[in-house]
Amino acid sequence: MKTPLPALRPTPTHDPAWQGRLFWMLAIAVVLWPLGVATEFKPWVLLEPDNLKVTRQFLGTFFPLAYDAEFLVMVARETWRTVAMATAGVTLALVVAIPLTLINVRVLSVSALSGRMARGPFWLRQGVRWLLIVLRSIPELVWALVFVRVVGLGPTAGVLAIALTYGGMLGKVYGEILESGETHATETLLRNGSSRLQAFFYGLLPTNAAELTSYTVYRWECAIRSSVVLGFVGAGGLGQQLDNSMKMFNGGEVASMLLVFIALVALADKVSAWLRKALG
Amino acid sequence: MKLELRLVSARHPAARPGASPAIRDLGLQVGVGEHVAVIGPSGAGKTTLLQVLACALPPSAGDLTIDGQHPWQLPRHVLQRLRGRLFLAPQVPPLPPRQRVVTAVLAGRLPAMGLWQSLRSLFYPADIPAAFDALDRFDLADKLFERVDRLSGGERQRVGLARALLSPASLWLIDEPLSALDPTRSRQAIGTLVNTARERGATLVATLHQVDVALAHFPRIIGLREGQLAFDLPSAEVTRERLAALYDQFEHELRGEVPAPPSITEPSTPEPVVMHCR
Repeated sequence: MKTPLPALRPTPTHDPAWQGRLFWMLAIAVVLWPLGVATEFKPWVLLEPDNLKVTRQFLGTFFPLAYDAEFLVMVARETWRTVAMATAGVTLALVVAIPLTLINVRVLSVSALSGRMARGPFWLRQGVRWLLIVLRSIPELVWALVFVRVVGLGPTAGVLAIALTYGGMLGKVYGEILESGETHATETLLRNGSSRLQAFFYGLLPTNAAELTSYTVYRWECAIRSSVVLGFVGAGGLGQQLDNSMKMFNGGEVASMLLVFIALVALADKVSAWLRKALG
Repeated sequence: MKLELRLVSARHPAARPGASPAIRDLGLQVGVGEHVAVIGPSGAGKTTLLQVLACALPPSAGDLTIDGQHPWQLPRHVLQRLRGRLFLAPQVPPLPPRQRVVTAVLAGRLPAMGLWQSLRSLFYPADIPAAFDALDRFDLADKLFERVDRLSGGERQRVGLARALLSPASLWLIDEPLSALDPTRSRQAIGTLVNTARERGATLVATLHQVDVALAHFPRIIGLREGQLAFDLPSAEVTRERLAALYDQFEHELRGEVPAPPSITEPSTPEPVVMHCR
């Protein structure tokens, strides 16, 4: 039962929290100001008449789209090469990431089941963690520049670059997904005497399959995008053709190829949604 | 399997440093093939006792021996092999929601399977008849190829128990096997466990909230209260007075008005997958 309010209690006219809110808004503005200065953040220059004219001209060259037969055949061939590069890169990245994740995941530690992790496994995990940091902190562009010198121009350099950087990213995020999910099933299997890999395949993997899959497909999508940048440094694929067309000021070709990229990303989105549904 | 505890204390790993241990100075012997029920009010340390016996939790003081061995002095891989001969069934069934029942039940046999064999069993279940038989004993044979998240809470609990029947263990440690079951199912489930353990000569230690079930099915009853042994008697000698003393101030539990069992969530639809935005 509700007790009636005392009759003399005044009706509140203020929100007591508003001063704090105001303070934090001002504080954030003060912190962001130097960042804006450092990055020369002046979006309004886009709207100056001269710049608008340049933008209009650039976008104007996108039309008409290029669609002659020879060009389309070339785009199809290079698209296939780009998809192959991204897929091979992500596959190799999985080869790097999966063993490292299996070593790294705390949930699969037998010694951590009953208190603190033993010293040997602890330092092994730290080592793997550092290796993953090194792998992913070097941008794939830098790896690609290195490999272009080693294996020459072409998709191989792109594949290797994607494999190393993405191996580091996948290894880190897989570990986080596996550790943030429900671990009861896995722990029970380990406690009942299963081996680490058995506990992974019978407990951890079925619990987290959908999340792992969707993240992997998302990374594949990212690999398609980054293959464009890698193409700019001579790693082949659609990116290299895009670079060529841009240098020739052939806007129609650029626009057509961008449409292909949009289609590929949309496709990845569909595949991911379908896989999540199938595994969920 | 023979168990012996001497003056064992243990605390939960997540307990606050100053908190008193969940079990204190406990002495206990369980012989090969014996069936023991552990009863006592909530918070008496029943689950902690099972975890100590399962070598899941190292005692903070005292001595645990299993078949004359000190498990915590063994090298890790030997200890892990020993754990394969113990089966601990936690109160909340440890089943991944998207796994099929047949796989979840066969997972009990993992300690006896090599890695290659267990991977092949994911592709094509290794021993469908054994899984079917184990489920059939708990009246769940028709759920063999269902997914775990299509089962009710009680059905999941029985799947967790069926896993024990597949395990190569000779010591079964079962925590509150009946918490999600109605009285009829409870009698059937506990009967199945006791009979199968007897057939196999397995040692069985079960914690139970239902005192009447414990007295009816187990020849030996251990009463725990506040982490200490209140009594350890043949079930015929467990008198009303002893039970009243054991459950003093917890009478509602003795009368069977068990406070809501720890919820085994059973969403009607699979839960939405957590999205990781990275």
